[in-house]
Amino acid sequence: MYPASFEYQAPASIDEALTILERYGDEAKVLAGGQSLLPLMKLRFASPRALVDLNRIEGLGELFEDNGGLMIGALVRHAQCERAELLRGRYGVLGDAAPQISDPIVRNWGTVAGSLAHADPQGDWGSALMAAGAELQARGPDGTRTIPLDELFQGPFTTSLEPTEIAVWVRVPDPGPNAGGTYLKLERKVGDFATVGVAVQLSFDNGKVGRAGIALTGVGPCNLRATAAEEALAGAELDDDAIRSAADLAAKGADPRSDVRGSADYKRNIVRVFTERGLRKAAEAAGRREEP
Amino acid sequence: MTQTVGVDVAGLTSPVTVTVNGEARSTEVENRLLLVHFLRQTMGLTGTHVGCDTSGCGACTVLVDGVPAKSCTMLAVQADGRQVTTVEGLAGAGGLHAIQTAFHEEHGLQCGFCTPGMMLTATALLADNPDPSEEEIRWALSGNICRCTGYVNIVKAVQAAGAALREEGR
Amino acid sequence: MATTEEIRGLGHSVKRKEDARFIRGMGNYVEDVTLPRMLHLELLRSPYAHAAIKSIDTSRAEALPGVVAVVTGEALAAHNLAWMPTLSGDTQAVLATDKVRFQGQEIAAVIAETPYVAKDALELVEVDFDPLEAITTPQRALEADAPVIRTDKEGQDSNAIYHWEAGDREATERAFAEADRVVELSTFYPRCHPAPLECCGCVADVNPATGKATIYMTSQAPHAHRTLFALVAGLPEHQIRIVSPDIGGGFGNKVPIYPGYVVATAASLLIGRPVKWIEDRTGNLISTGFARDYHMSGELALKGDRMTGLRVKLLSDNGAFFADAQPSKYKAGLFHIVTGSYDIPAAFVEADGAYTNKAPGGVAYRCSFRVTEASYLIERLVQSAAYETGIDPAELRRTNFVKKEQFPYTSATGWEYDSGDYEAALDLALEKLGYEDLRREQAELREQGKLIGIGVASFTEVVGAGHGKHFDIAGLRMFDSAELRVHPTGKAVLKLGVKSQGQGHETTFAQIIAEELGLPPEDVEVQEGDTDHTPYGLGTYASRSTPVAGAATAMVARKVRAKAQKIAAHLLEASPDDLEWERGRFFVKGAPEKAKTIQEIAFAAYTDVPEGLECGFEGVSYYDPPNMTFPFGTYAVVVEVDRGTGEWKVRRCVAVDDCGVRINPMIVEGQIMGGLTEGYGIAAMELITFDEDGNCIGANFMDYLLPTSWETPNFELGETVTPSPHHPLGAKGVGESATVGSPAAFVNAVVDALAHAGVRNLEMPVTSDKVWQALAEAGLAE
Repeated sequence: MYPASFEYQAPASIDEALTILERYGDEAKVLAGGQSLLPLMKLRFASPRALVDLNRIEGLGELFEDNGGLMIGALVRHAQCERAELLRGRYGVLGDAAPQISDPIVRNWGTVAGSLAHADPQGDWGSALMAAGAELQARGPDGTRTIPLDELFQGPFTTSLEPTEIAVWVRVPDPGPNAGGTYLKLERKVGDFATVGVAVQLSFDNGKVGRAGIALTGVGPCNLRATAAEEALAGAELDDDAIRSAADLAAKGADPRSDVRGSADYKRNIVRVFTERGLRKAAEAAGRREEP
Repeated sequence: MTQTVGVDVAGLTSPVTVTVNGEARSTEVENRLLLVHFLRQTMGLTGTHVGCDTSGCGACTVLVDGVPAKSCTMLAVQADGRQVTTVEGLAGAGGLHAIQTAFHEEHGLQCGFCTPGMMLTATALLADNPDPSEEEIRWALSGNICRCTGYVNIVKAVQAAGAALREEGR
Repeated sequence: MATTEEIRGLGHSVKRKEDARFIRGMGNYVEDVTLPRMLHLELLRSPYAHAAIKSIDTSRAEALPGVVAVVTGEALAAHNLAWMPTLSGDTQAVLATDKVRFQGQEIAAVIAETPYVAKDALELVEVDFDPLEAITTPQRALEADAPVIRTDKEGQDSNAIYHWEAGDREATERAFAEADRVVELSTFYPRCHPAPLECCGCVADVNPATGKATIYMTSQAPHAHRTLFALVAGLPEHQIRIVSPDIGGGFGNKVPIYPGYVVATAASLLIGRPVKWIEDRTGNLISTGFARDYHMSGELALKGDRMTGLRVKLLSDNGAFFADAQPSKYKAGLFHIVTGSYDIPAAFVEADGAYTNKAPGGVAYRCSFRVTEASYLIERLVQSAAYETGIDPAELRRTNFVKKEQFPYTSATGWEYDSGDYEAALDLALEKLGYEDLRREQAELREQGKLIGIGVASFTEVVGAGHGKHFDIAGLRMFDSAELRVHPTGKAVLKLGVKSQGQGHETTFAQIIAEELGLPPEDVEVQEGDTDHTPYGLGTYASRSTPVAGAATAMVARKVRAKAQKIAAHLLEASPDDLEWERGRFFVKGAPEKAKTIQEIAFAAYTDVPEGLECGFEGVSYYDPPNMTFPFGTYAVVVEVDRGTGEWKVRRCVAVDDCGVRINPMIVEGQIMGGLTEGYGIAAMELITFDEDGNCIGANFMDYLLPTSWETPNFELGETVTPSPHHPLGAKGVGESATVGSPAAFVNAVVDALAHAGVRNLEMPVTSDKVWQALAEAGLAE
């Protein structure tokens, strides 16, 4: 309930933040929303020497569309995403994920970028953004680099980000006009982590599936791409058979563990059911009907 | 990576100015001091309660710049320069806030422990959405646990407060 | 209604007087208490479920600036305080000395200037453990080769605690021998937790000059706690004052005495400064009084559509210490009410209790002393019987109810039910639900591959403990009390031996005075919780306040009214027998204009009393209830089941309760809705469980799940009124009814959705994975 002591800095710019982080090496943690970090510190599962608070830095809370995609700034909150018209329609995988993260009060403060940097295997944004083909823009002492989400997550609570780097933007490519998506989450109650989550985004091209993005929450050491299912759908007619076999492939590719939320079999089954439901919902959202 | 207390206290505290219910307080706090403890101990405002240790119950909810926040999951230093509203700041010169009256009229409380946080989340909802549906109310309050009431009367209280506020034209 | 809007006695939904402080954030909970020079205590808890303690090194912790003292079991043992008696006649470790016996058990206490520093110091206490086999099931505990947990108890050579029986074994055997059919159900009522939103805690202030100990404490039973403190700590009882201020929910969690209270008091005594101990949620869930954890095996014997016998075997997991808060004569609480609402001529219950390496407890969480367990078992058994016999579940219940004409009815296990009308409650519930239409809809939906279920539960409760001959806790008889004093200007103070934790006593008990004496509720201040200023009572739990203290309140009001009659006669120059009482005044029979109001009489009690009568206008009543009260009801739930995920949603929840005369209908309904929500949580999601090493899963709100406003359904409430024949107001208890009766209604509903495919049972909490498993096995999964 009471964190250990730490030093605290609230810089006014990213450059200043980076300088501070370099000084501390791996002994400092970046604070954005704090809705994942502070609970860990209160239980003393994390006791960093210093916190570097990004909240005084201007311009990080922007969510906007630019040529070819969406830009989500480091301080964009889940609640902002929940309200944003921009995330409905073809970006629906994100708009559907946002309201299901944690509970409404946490959503007021927790950030998208922070969630990605935290890399909880039961984190929802990881799957939603992977399905959308997003990438992270990180700034560090050596400049800016872009990390596709598939390369970001390395394991539970482990990313390829250096301790001296800050995730500054999440960039989501435009899925095109004939696109739709959704995020289905099985949770025991509001505020619980996902038992299983499935993110689906479909882009259609001349009546067939152009790109399929399917990513899974809670059934692996980190958010997982259902690559086999995606590949099977790419270029295909989205009929019942295609949906069912993609769902089966997604389920086969999942790596769930049995725990209090259910057996591995159960979770694998949910992957199948949710992938199927998600594909139908995404297709409908994209304005297309699959062949009967 | 643990920090030993008392060896070198310099750098472990920061000056803050937090405005609580309209009253600005400037003081030096330990960086690790949680906002809820700042409110309860430093400010002596015990209306904000602590109900859990994993940010899961919402009993500690206050408004930070008008937005509901779990004050146990925020540091006092993060509230520097911000406006905090606690339950003690709900009533105005004109008397009780409509939400307080409504909770009383609709029997929306029993033991009273979740009530401050519940009312503050409700006022933020009504500010944003003056005529919410039952579903919207239940969704907005889903971060505030109540063990006593079963929520039905809380929903009624929020509806009644909404009606009263719309009547007042605010 | 007997009284007017002006007086607002029984039956009026008076808005609550206590709200004024709570809506302003001006409640006075234990954590809000701050005393000069107060210190803070944090407890070090065991990471192991079962281990020998080889050594404890507190030196680094003691050296931390801001730490005043570090207390271990060894230090307490020097003052004979390392162990304390429990409410069930066992002993419990205050701080572990030889062994730790459950994960989370208290080992040491750090007392420091701030809680932050105390927490820092906890990390510096070094304990050397020798882990032992953790016993995590009562079945394992009772095996011949299981290690003995209570090596501290002389003569304890196993992990068995008690064996207890009720009913007639032979008559029951005969009934089963002659039965057409036997229906069986083995089910586990899992370990859950009352989890009130406010955790337990105290501020112990032993005055170094006077020796008086003032202990602000989260206590549902301050007087009983005071007496127990006197016995445990050896402090003279008149020098102990327990103040239970505002309590943020109890639900039975705040009935036991916890080590934290004892250590804080001892620390204050030794240090000479106030010591505050407020546990965190982890401490609350991992160590304080849990509920249930009852392995139950039931068999119901039937001849045709009549139930002829009930046989039950129970195995209770009591944790490492037998610390149940229940009447001393009943090892399995009031479980033997298990024939429930049914006229079953023969029944036999046998219960065994075992120690395990888990936190102590079992009787808590609105259980009415184990009636939750009993009610669950019988209602689930009857549901199975309905499916096996092919008789509609509501009809089978109706056929076997104790009929209205049969009351007073003595059950096969010896309970004398004094009143009831079960059929009326069932009828009303079915009518509100639209039962017939729903059964039709269920059949239609099934054709379309959609699953809904309808679950009914008709419970009988037994509350209001209780008559002194049968009911005592640690020897203290379970009477309760009310002390009333009316001031010259007609305002009154009512002091009670019970203690509300949200039930609204400040309003409802004032309404009793309004009813009996005609003083409006705002003119009556109700005080409870301070042992220096209230009469002795056994506290609030097990739905006993209205039956016992409510009766005491009516009785004391009548005593005062009897004196009022004499004074009125004197003022009116009439004989007391010529006077009539009506809603707050005495008047001369036949001459209603010749009257005196209660307020005028109050003034006269201090200014103009008849010769020979003392001045003053007060009384006290210690009430020993002649019998329990028997609230009852029928709950009916409709659920929709998702065949792809196993999730279920409540479409409707109808609750018909009969708690006799309702003092404040608004408050009664609030209690019922709260109880239904807890019942829903228990049925759907609440669970404390352990892995094979005894690690506790469910020791925080990420793992111990509580329903939010989003999951919790809406409730449709109804009532029937069958007054208690012996209670002065005809009232019965109601606080626990909904938690007693509803879990079976929810579970019956989900089972009902799958019963057509042969599914008979789902274990609580009925989580989506369990439902899906049943769907898959029944060939119903999407």
